[in-house]
Amino acid sequence: MKNTGACGLIFPNLHDEMMNDLTAVRALGSIPFGGRYRLVDFALSNLVHAGYNNVGIVTTKKYLSLTQHIGSGKAWDLSRKKKGLSMQPALGATPTEYEGRIIPLHDIREWLELCREEYVILSDCYVIGNINYKALVEKHIASDAEITVAYKVGACPEVPSLVTMDVTESGRVTEMRIGARPEGDVCYGIGLYVMAREKLMELVEDAFSCGKMNFERDILQARVVGGRIRGYEVPEFTLVISSLQSYFDANMALMDKEIRDKLFPSDYPVYTRVHDCAPVVYGLNAEMTGSLAADGAHIDGTVTDSLLFRNVRIETGATVRNCILMEGSIVRKGAVLENVVLDKKVTVSEGRVLRGAPTYPLYVNKGRTI
Amino acid sequence: MFRKQECVAMLLAGGQGSRLYALTRQIAKPAVPYGGKYRIIDFPLSNCINSGIETVGVLTQYRPLVLNEYIGSGGPWDLDRMDAGVHVLPPYQAISGAGWYKGTANAIYQNIEFIERYDPEYVLVLSGDHIYKMDYSKMLKQHKATGADCTIAVLEVEMEEAKRFGIMNANPDGSIYEFEEKPANPKSNLASMGIYIFNWDKLRRYLVEDEADETSSNDFGKNIIPNMLGNGEKLYTYRFDGYWKDVGTIDSLWEANMDLLDPKVPLNMSDTGWRIYSRTSGLPPHYIGKNAKVQNSMISEGGHIEGNMEFSIAFPGVVVEEGAEIVDAILMPGAHVGKNAKVQYAILAEDVVVEEGATVGEKPEEMENLDEWGVAVVASGIRIGAGVKVPAKAMIEEDQKGGDQ
Repeated sequence: MKNTGACGLIFPNLHDEMMNDLTAVRALGSIPFGGRYRLVDFALSNLVHAGYNNVGIVTTKKYLSLTQHIGSGKAWDLSRKKKGLSMQPALGATPTEYEGRIIPLHDIREWLELCREEYVILSDCYVIGNINYKALVEKHIASDAEITVAYKVGACPEVPSLVTMDVTESGRVTEMRIGARPEGDVCYGIGLYVMAREKLMELVEDAFSCGKMNFERDILQARVVGGRIRGYEVPEFTLVISSLQSYFDANMALMDKEIRDKLFPSDYPVYTRVHDCAPVVYGLNAEMTGSLAADGAHIDGTVTDSLLFRNVRIETGATVRNCILMEGSIVRKGAVLENVVLDKKVTVSEGRVLRGAPTYPLYVNKGRTI
Repeated sequence: MFRKQECVAMLLAGGQGSRLYALTRQIAKPAVPYGGKYRIIDFPLSNCINSGIETVGVLTQYRPLVLNEYIGSGGPWDLDRMDAGVHVLPPYQAISGAGWYKGTANAIYQNIEFIERYDPEYVLVLSGDHIYKMDYSKMLKQHKATGADCTIAVLEVEMEEAKRFGIMNANPDGSIYEFEEKPANPKSNLASMGIYIFNWDKLRRYLVEDEADETSSNDFGKNIIPNMLGNGEKLYTYRFDGYWKDVGTIDSLWEANMDLLDPKVPLNMSDTGWRIYSRTSGLPPHYIGKNAKVQNSMISEGGHIEGNMEFSIAFPGVVVEEGAEIVDAILMPGAHVGKNAKVQYAILAEDVVVEEGATVGEKPEEMENLDEWGVAVVASGIRIGAGVKVPAKAMIEEDQKGGDQ
């Protein structure tokens, strides 16, 4: 039986190197975002909302945190009898360093073989948005393209080996550059591709057997000539997270209700693992303005222009300004934080002062006590 | 194939909760929202799973739709189990005819078959009306140690309050010699919490006998317990000294919510050792605006607060626009308070809209006649038009058009 749907492959480790601090203990896809989410939640939720329930997460390293987050996939309604979510650790089959997606795709080819879906969506985790994957796949099917590359129009984001393209009005990609950063508004790739599943397997095996290991250069760019690549402009709002600064900015952008509503529309929620925390408690001395707080937080101090993840505690007399405090962070009495990113479970002791610059936030590793 | 369970819990969730008026117009009392993100039934369900009781029958009758979909497969409470789990048990039709649950005892009687599948030694009977955290396994341990036929959880209440409760008169060893429902002159202050553990074989016999008695009102308090006492069965109290509140009235529901804002009240929702689970909305964190002021309050996910909040509770998805004042109020999921509106000493049910400049409720200190004061309630989905004033103690079940409409 032919299945014209699509299965999804998510690459949580691609671009880990962009984020070195935040990915010290986790895959990029597992980076906490927006108070209660992980970056991978967006791609997963997009797949589920499109009705694509066969999803593999292709991990290559540091996937403990991600595995704990994903669990059985139930939080995304992907704990299914047929299909559902599975971790696909691409490890061991090929004794080479894992860079890019060709070797991992080669390693998990059995998963691809067993799929029934005719198409595959490949998604990275560094661009987040509530994107209509169904429209993307339908556009691909309607075209004669071998591969459809999703893109945004705008100024180049700071992404190493960024894919920029010239796209004709009919959607054909006529030129593709990798790593260049043209001035002005350009069409840049967002790490999201659609193609026929069998075609993907064929291309990967061809490239692999020739020792060509770069998906973008050896497969995409090589096929621009001949007009086999199509572009699809993603109309939805997206945020690119490719450095500590852009991570900081993307989180802070959520203070804007319009952006929050675009990223988390009420009819297409972003699913994530539930922690069963109590609602946020504001104490007698709490003063919070221009800030977001996730459930489980206790606020007794002063918080301005900041994002507080689950179970954060701000004690009386503490001041937090323009900060991101990840899950379980504690700011003790009288401590002062400005332009700081605290990773999970950091404790800032009584009276300590931490200051970063507005354009260069200070980052504190997971679990530290200061 | 059903695996034997030592103890099966039966949760009575069919009541209307008529004294909650507008709040239970469309939903059963156990489904009434509480504490910023919970519903009342989360407490007994979470207590069960935390106590190691994994088989729970939920007896529904009045307005079960919301309750049924809320419980679903029981996943949020970890009660979606292969050989156990939570099961919703509505009244049903049989060859002998169809009947509603006539009383609490009859509801259990009609589900003897369900209980027997698990071949339990004990049955724990609970109600879906109370806010409390309790380890039922400790009660079961005492029940086994005393060799009782029935153990009833009791709470010490103020002597002058005792006449509002079912009172257990017990010997110093905890054995009960008398039960009085709302006595005018109480002899003791041990109030029944509506939590019973029975030896199943014994309870089964009393349920069958009670059903055969046509004069019976088929109620645990009125019939089963007095009958057991009359026959000299061993009934013991189990003393509980934590937080417990019956949320059967508007005032008590409002108070029980406000208790969460009082650090002196021993009900800690943040205690990770005894979590209360709930089905969550999956919304992003809530936002507190640049000019907002929020103190002594509890706010859940998805909210957008631009006004001022004090001593108040906001459930998921609540919006409070600029200049609005929320004082001593409970804003249930999706409630929306417009610019410069005031909500004070009030409960807004789900998806209520209070338009610009309207006022809901009054502060007791601003009342001319304090006897007329009470918590104002607006039923779910109701719209209070711009500038409308809803007085204290009001119970609004119809849209109130604003001055310019």
